[in-house]
Amino acid sequence: MSTTESHNETDAVIDPNAISMTINGKVVAARKGEWIIAAADRTEDFIPRFCYHPRMESVGMCRQCLVEVEGPHGPMMVVSCMTPVAEGQVVRTDTDIVKRIQEGMIELLLANHPLDCPVCDKGGECPLQDQAFSHGPGESRYVEEKRHYEKPIPISGLVLLDRERCILCDQCTRFADEVAGDPLITFTHRGNNTQVMTFPDEPFASYFSGNTVQICPVGALTAEPYRFKARPWDLQQQESTCTTCSVGCRTVVQSSYDEILRYQGVDSDPVNWGWLCDRGRFNFQSTNSPNRLATPLVKTDAGLVPESWTVALDETVRVLRHARPGSIAILGGARGTNEDAWAWAQLADLLGIEMRDAQLDDGLPAEIFGYPNATIDDACSAATVILLAPDLKEELPVLYLRLRGAAEKKKIRIIEIATHDSGLTRYAWKSVMHEPGQQAEAVQHVLSTPEMQEQLSRGAVVVVAGRSNLAEAAHNTMAAVDAIVTTVAQVSVLPVLRRGNVRGALSLGLAPRMSTDAAAILEASANGKVDCLILLGADPLSDVPDADLARRGIAGARYIIAIDTFLNKSSVHADIVLPAAAYGEKDGTTTNLEGRVTNVVQSITPHATSRPDWMIAIELAALLGNDLGILTLQDIQTRITETVVGFDGLSVSVAVRKNGVLISTPPISPLQVHQDEIIKRNAYEFRLVVARKLYDQAVATAMSQSLAALAPGAGVFVHPLDLERVGAKDGSSVRVSNNAVSVILPAHASTAVMRGTAFVPFNQQGVDIRELLQTTNGVTDVQIANI
Amino acid sequence: MSRLTDAHVALAKEIIGRYPRPKSALVLLLHLAQEQDGYITRDAMVHIAELVGVTSAEVYGTATFYEMFKFEPVGKYVVNICGTMSCALMGSEELMHHAEQRLGIKAGGTTPDGMFTLEHAECQAACTEAPCLQVNYRYRYRLTPADLDALIDDLLANRLTHEIPPHGTVAKVRQHIPSHHGVGVVAPESVTEPPVWLNGKAAL
Amino acid sequence: MTSSYSHAPGFIAGDRPKIVTSRFEYADSYTIERFVATGGYEGLRAALSRPAQTVHDDVKSATVLGRGGAGFPAGIKWGLTPQGVWPRYLVVNGDESEPGTYKDRLLMERDPHQLIEGCLIACYAAGLSQCFLYIRGEMAVAQERVAEALNEAYAAGYVGKNILGSDFSVDIVLHWGAGAYVVGEETALIESLEGNRGMPRLKPPFFPAANGLYGQPTIVNNVETLANLPWLMTNGVDAYTSIGTKTSPGTRMVAVSGHVVRPGVYEIVNGTTTFRDLLYGEEFCGGIRNNNALKAFVPGGGSAPWFTADQLDLPFEGSQVGAAGSMLGSGAIMVMDETTDIPAAALTLTRFYAHESCGKCTPCREGGTWLERILSRVVDGKGTETDLAQLIEVGESICPGDFPHASNEALGLSAVPFPYKMTTICFVGPSAYVPVHSALTLFRSEFEARIIKRTMIKVTAVGVSS
Ligand SMILES: Cc1cc2nc3c(=O)[nH]c(=O)nc-3n(C[C@H](O)[C@H](O)[C@H](O)COP(=O)(O)O)c2cc1C
Ligand code: SF4
Ligand code: FES
Repeated sequence: MSTTESHNETDAVIDPNAISMTINGKVVAARKGEWIIAAADRTEDFIPRFCYHPRMESVGMCRQCLVEVEGPHGPMMVVSCMTPVAEGQVVRTDTDIVKRIQEGMIELLLANHPLDCPVCDKGGECPLQDQAFSHGPGESRYVEEKRHYEKPIPISGLVLLDRERCILCDQCTRFADEVAGDPLITFTHRGNNTQVMTFPDEPFASYFSGNTVQICPVGALTAEPYRFKARPWDLQQQESTCTTCSVGCRTVVQSSYDEILRYQGVDSDPVNWGWLCDRGRFNFQSTNSPNRLATPLVKTDAGLVPESWTVALDETVRVLRHARPGSIAILGGARGTNEDAWAWAQLADLLGIEMRDAQLDDGLPAEIFGYPNATIDDACSAATVILLAPDLKEELPVLYLRLRGAAEKKKIRIIEIATHDSGLTRYAWKSVMHEPGQQAEAVQHVLSTPEMQEQLSRGAVVVVAGRSNLAEAAHNTMAAVDAIVTTVAQVSVLPVLRRGNVRGALSLGLAPRMSTDAAAILEASANGKVDCLILLGADPLSDVPDADLARRGIAGARYIIAIDTFLNKSSVHADIVLPAAAYGEKDGTTTNLEGRVTNVVQSITPHATSRPDWMIAIELAALLGNDLGILTLQDIQTRITETVVGFDGLSVSVAVRKNGVLISTPPISPLQVHQDEIIKRNAYEFRLVVARKLYDQAVATAMSQSLAALAPGAGVFVHPLDLERVGAKDGSSVRVSNNAVSVILPAHASTAVMRGTAFVPFNQQGVDIRELLQTTNGVTDVQIANI
Repeated sequence: MSRLTDAHVALAKEIIGRYPRPKSALVLLLHLAQEQDGYITRDAMVHIAELVGVTSAEVYGTATFYEMFKFEPVGKYVVNICGTMSCALMGSEELMHHAEQRLGIKAGGTTPDGMFTLEHAECQAACTEAPCLQVNYRYRYRLTPADLDALIDDLLANRLTHEIPPHGTVAKVRQHIPSHHGVGVVAPESVTEPPVWLNGKAAL
Repeated sequence: MTSSYSHAPGFIAGDRPKIVTSRFEYADSYTIERFVATGGYEGLRAALSRPAQTVHDDVKSATVLGRGGAGFPAGIKWGLTPQGVWPRYLVVNGDESEPGTYKDRLLMERDPHQLIEGCLIACYAAGLSQCFLYIRGEMAVAQERVAEALNEAYAAGYVGKNILGSDFSVDIVLHWGAGAYVVGEETALIESLEGNRGMPRLKPPFFPAANGLYGQPTIVNNVETLANLPWLMTNGVDAYTSIGTKTSPGTRMVAVSGHVVRPGVYEIVNGTTTFRDLLYGEEFCGGIRNNNALKAFVPGGGSAPWFTADQLDLPFEGSQVGAAGSMLGSGAIMVMDETTDIPAAALTLTRFYAHESCGKCTPCREGGTWLERILSRVVDGKGTETDLAQLIEVGESICPGDFPHASNEALGLSAVPFPYKMTTICFVGPSAYVPVHSALTLFRSEFEARIIKRTMIKVTAVGVSS
């Protein structure tokens, strides 16, 4: 009853924009503003095309989609991809002249095409191949020498370009410019020599480069991780959802011989519009990694040694049974499915575990979900979007694409409240820059400036709220969000916590109880109060901002049980390690940041002996003497829909649909917000901003060979004038210290950083900045000295 | 390999200032770079990208579209012999053969001394004066092979430097809009009203 | 009766009405001093002393036809801007590159102030608040003359803020290209002016008058079109329409090149002057060189289908030339006498358009080059029968259906009227096919004479014993 159906389809009853036209004599219903080709796509009459893409501006340049439209002076030839439908329009796609043109166009396109289909990745799924077959002349009369270019040249670490195959449809170049905002590949030269190129020796360094490979209608762009790996007809494929981050882009997972070979984006209208970021697209490599955990490991005097599941689970049960009451804690769960989280929450209830948190002190309190909720579409159609969030381009790339697109098309105005320039800064209507910790002042400025007040009164306001700085406490942001929500009318919040299923995990029972969050749990552990720490796909030593706290917490736990796909910094300290099935190896559902539940599918058998997290939970429950009444995944799903508020009425069959189903979260009781008294930093100090980049040392990235090298590495970024003041040069090493600890990092000048602040990317190869973070003060101030 | 000089940067900024959108100045700034170096260097493209706020790739895409921009050094004098219909009818092919022989290079080549680059050009809007050519975009009309020889001799002897600047410079006169006389640019999005003189009254 | 001026190479004056070339007789015609002394900026003064709308109305009733190629009336074009959308811009098309065309450069080099005055009148009449004057990149002298003239005009208060002390203010910004014929197409011109590759946009939706420079309403006018305005303002609509015909009033500048006795640029009376007058008239070209016979001529720039002697008596009037299978285009006639190697002549044009393709449309990018390759093989004497058929096949992929051509009594051909259907965005693609089609239609035997004939050799099977 409280589930909301996600999208249109139903409400087209009386539509003032409805149009009736005919295509090849058949009546077609269309909407004003639509192109003819889009209307034709709902009929049997396929119009061939190469440059048209429904998610990009039409350019009408390949000329393949010409059709005849009845006009006052007889039939007119028009491109269907750029001619709007009209009431009573008579379109013909099947006349002799149209067929002649279609054949002629294919012949011309093939004239300079190398026809190397047998060795081309695209062969078998190639629009040029397919349409040459369906609409081509069947033979080529071109006897001249073809164009020649250097065979595939890498235009980035991920993408290769073979210009001989290119048919100059402008899809990749348009995508780079129009969708990604990274116009780093363009047409160069002219006429018959036109080609797609980057600036000489400058890579196509875009977080979205893989999309160009997917939309290329020939094999001109190929992806390094997939090249020569398979023929499309050998691939098995299933629709699923990417769980790399919480945007939850729809994908197709393609596999062959029980190995995942490729992800492709699927066009989900409310979510990703077909796009994926490169991290999400290519990190399937980690699933295939030889470093995956194969069997359970149990600690002996000789360290962690492989054991059978039977022994490892018995051992686990022994540890759980012997723990003092109230001394078991669970960290993590945001990386699994809804079903995993629910099953573990049941086990936790069974064992009376109060200490649980799906986050690792690096997000915002779960109360953020209690505000009136906004969807991605809401944000992209609001009058005003207020960003109180990390750099979305780095953390939730496809959400960045959506918002960037909406701002570029002048559909929304963005007010950014941030400590440094983000990917969206250049598209923001106003950027309010503030020192870390001063969100409150910045928000006050926004709320009290007449111009902004006027803007905020223009209609819906969506606050995009997330943890933008790991070097300061989360409650500063919460207080700022709260100030906006309590002041502005027509406001809603889009929470942008980043881990794949963080919203699902928090909603299904792994949210902290009574403010005992990850930090409190680690503190308790450090104080000897935790007998058994369960790390459910969690790596506190890598992810908890306060490194010292994480270390003390891990050291203080009597026993550690880790459920994970890889051994990581934390799980090497575990007493028992249970190998978990990875994404692509299990079925289930996931919940994205807006509360949209969609399904994930099993495409391949789990690696070695690994099992889904939910199965491990059920087996442990059974061994502990309680079978939870559950045998299968379906049992869990039934129980979720029956018992979990917000998920009621949800059935897997709807979640399996492309656009999934939105859950609702009950409103929270008023949040206890507090704002630290922020002490002014002294003039010799820098206030620290620590945030994530898209590529870091996270396992899925680090274990994907094509992505690992893209992480920028550790460093500290300060304003050029500050760097000068410190006496350092761009690239030279500096000492960054607080009153206790110091680290040495390469320094970089960046005008994206405000004077007086220092930006350090999180979790990068090299020195760990977390040594300096103690957010107990609310913010972190450091000194930087040239060495 | 050079960025624009300070003087050229100042000029570039003046030019950019005449357009509602900086990117509009792109082609003119590329001309400025070519005037400075004789061809378009990689560094100049990077610099221009910074000046107008686009990526280097965009500058490269625009620059390579246009025939006049060279990406490698060319001769001090670029000789463009027109070969389109009117000139062809009046003997431009013969003229080209003669030029190739005289300079010892094929069309598209540059003499080893770096003095001449010879190019086949398309219609130069001097069709009644065929066959014609341009040296660094200065015309010569109704040429016979003997005229061509004389022209090359003059160029080699530096007798035409007053008229023909080295390759890269096109116009020797620049527009300057004195600030007190200029209207100045207005961003299109900030204009919502018709211009004042459309008020139905005579302006004078 | 005819005279040519050494300082205006190619221009031949005559005893005819002079609307745009009246100052060409002066060596210093491009200076502000000469300009003002000969009635310069009087047209502007006349315009500014009346409400803008009435100036616009005058341009409409004078039917000032566009001189850039399409011949669309300027006054009507100015009125096509959408209601209430501001600002609007003027873009002056001085990119003159159409093969055979030579007139705008003369106007810019010889009388830049007249053009500036024309721009100002247009801006005033149509409410255009900034003007961009785009000159072809290779025209160094024209750029210098216009730059100098603009500097003078700014200093004298003719351009800029509060022109002549009125509330009319407009900047004219000099811009120039860098070598690309297609940029003369108005939407490509706008792309180029925005700093992009000069690739034409699709019309619709990108009709400049509605959606042009920076997405704003933009009027694109040719240099000669605008150069007409000062005279019109000074002398009035009646004086203007008393020259020429009702549908084609005023004069036109026409360049006649090729095999005539006196090739040159003439300002002719619109609508009544015939091709015969132009090619054979004493005050014009004075006949074909060496008294040779006329073989063919291109009547309106390289993009125009060819005429032969059968069409000589057509007047310089758009609809009649259209019905006869060609167009007036940019006012450029290229004349071929009996000695002309027709396939080779056609190749020079096809090569031009293939080379100048922007690369956007498949048929133009691939088809243009393909045509050029086949044709050059034929010209080299290496073509085959199949090649001739293939020329037409490729051409039909660019322009499907009937293609316009002239009538020819000797060949028993009747004319197919202009225009044609096309699969491309702009006319560059079709233009690569135009010369091929005209030449093959009117002079097929010249092609057939050059191709390699393969004759079947009759052989008898011989038994081979082992
Ligand atoms: C390929 C192509 C090239 C053109 N080149 C020119 C040109 O060089 N100069 C010009 O004035 N118009 C040229 N035109 C015509 C312009 O698109 C446009 O119609 C003209 O500038 C409008 O001015 P008008 O109305 O004053 O004639 C060209 C058109 C095409 C399709
Ligand atoms: S017809 Fe040719 S020149 Fe014109 S837009 Fe198409 S490709 Fe470009
Ligand atoms: S799909 Fe319409 S022109 Fe390419």
